Amino acid sequence: MNKLPQFARKLFSGHKLVIGIPYAWFALLVAIPILIVLKISLSEMEMTSISKMIDWSHGWPTLKLNFASYQFIASDTLYVKTYISSLKYAIITTILCLAIGYPFAYFMARSPKHLQPMLLMLIMLPFWTSFLLRIYAWKTLLVSNGVINNILMSLGIIDAPLAMMNNSFSLLVGMVYSYLPFMILPLYANLSKLDIRYLEAAADLGTSPFKAFWLITVPLSKAGIIAGSMLVFIPAVGEFVIPELLGGPSTLMIGRVLWDEFFSNNDWPMAASVAVVMILLILVPMAMFNKAEAEQVEGKA
Amino acid sequence: MNHSSSRIFARSWMIAVYVFLYLPIITLVVFSFNDSKLVTVWSHASTRWYSALLNDSDLISAVFLSLKIAFLSALMSVFFGTFTAFALHRYNSFRGRTLLSSMASTPLVMPDVIVGLSLLLMLVSVQNWLGFPERGLFTILLGHALLGTAYAAVVVTSRLREMDSRLDEAAMDLGCKPLQVFTLVTLPLLLPALVSAFLLTFTLSFDDVVLSSFLSGPGYSTMPMVIFSRARLGLNPTINAVATVTIVVVTVAVVASSFYQSHQERKRKREMALAYSDKNV
Repeated sequence: MNKLPQFARKLFSGHKLVIGIPYAWFALLVAIPILIVLKISLSEMEMTSISKMIDWSHGWPTLKLNFASYQFIASDTLYVKTYISSLKYAIITTILCLAIGYPFAYFMARSPKHLQPMLLMLIMLPFWTSFLLRIYAWKTLLVSNGVINNILMSLGIIDAPLAMMNNSFSLLVGMVYSYLPFMILPLYANLSKLDIRYLEAAADLGTSPFKAFWLITVPLSKAGIIAGSMLVFIPAVGEFVIPELLGGPSTLMIGRVLWDEFFSNNDWPMAASVAVVMILLILVPMAMFNKAEAEQVEGKA
Repeated sequence: MNHSSSRIFARSWMIAVYVFLYLPIITLVVFSFNDSKLVTVWSHASTRWYSALLNDSDLISAVFLSLKIAFLSALMSVFFGTFTAFALHRYNSFRGRTLLSSMASTPLVMPDVIVGLSLLLMLVSVQNWLGFPERGLFTILLGHALLGTAYAAVVVTSRLREMDSRLDEAAMDLGCKPLQVFTLVTLPLLLPALVSAFLLTFTLSFDDVVLSSFLSGPGYSTMPMVIFSRARLGLNPTINAVATVTIVVVTVAVVASSFYQSHQERKRKREMALAYSDKNV
């Protein structure tokens, strides 16, 4: 008789542990660090250390908030320009990934069932090999004496090398290349579950395939489109490695600015403020991503 | 007619995407066997960059450091990721679930520079307060384990979703304690997912350059950090050789593990079918 409550109690304590461990882990490594960034963004550099937020010099605590870094970001046109240009490149990358990835995911979902696991593995395989090395590979392809220019010139298609490196072209090639699998995978997951009978019903009712695609397939894959777009857009805004290796002086990206503030200028409050503004910019897309994820899970259940 | 032309279009679209994805990788491999110091101009085949690699002690020690970090952080990621997946999937209505699920998806989408900066500032605060940890292997490990946990949680959750919870219930009805249910029933069923989570998080760690740069201290350069600093300076044929070696290792590992996974899957299905047919007898 008293076995049941005991069992329930054991389950309950196990339950607490199972929730408590990941909670503590993520609180320590995600929530607290972000709060610390926020705190440091509101302080200033005093010689080599950071100013204290709570000042005890008068014998009682006074809260010292320093908005200097934020004012500097707002007033300096370089920062504003860099944020806008990061958003611009992230948006263009997202659109290109969607334009290339959507048809791909659609065709992949429609290809013979027995081929699909292999097609999927071929998409994942480059994703498993080092991202850094693949970006480096584009460098060898795109430079003015690079592989593509050499081939085009030896074939006589062009006389002088095309300027494909250290500009917005090379940056976008690198970004689309790196983020395309992140677009294709959620879209494929979504499109492969699409009930083909809707399309057959539409065809029976006389809808043209093109119209059926826009009226049925696209709306039904909305969660996949949003999830894929956000998986591309959000990290692309803060991308550092690709602009550093493939970008040029004209391709301003905020990830590089943050890096330089931290590593070259040693200005931690400034780096933290740049990060906080970046977080604010991606907060809305992140909420959209979480919502789309939840919808996809519900659709699956 | 129309049907076949649309099929040709679909095929060429897919082939074009695969060419785009594989072109840089193939170039890396081909030019790693180039004798010329100029990375992009083919002279003749040679393995001189591979022998240069063997004498590159900086790079070799970086590779060993990266392997060590990747192995340990993948273990940690699978451990914490499994807990996260269970908390999010099995107990799906507790207070603060939304907070946990958004914290768990933050490292997936948040730009690396922000994750790196925030972790470093947190670790520096802790260091000022407690006197440790010193920046080095441990701090890099922590950063990679955080990133890996988020990915491992996704992999394990998707497996938990497919799993038949009646098996757990049956075990409980037969008198298993919750921990026994986990070790005897759930864990064996989860094993393929844990293996793929381990491989994925191992690769993520082995590939990371941004978090490592923020979190490492003097004397701790991982392989991507060494490659990145060389690639920033220009093209370097030893990078092609390193790339080829890693590509071969990873391809073999991925293909082997996917064969293993599909084998396990078939075996599991067979056993399930057998179990159900026994019941009917």
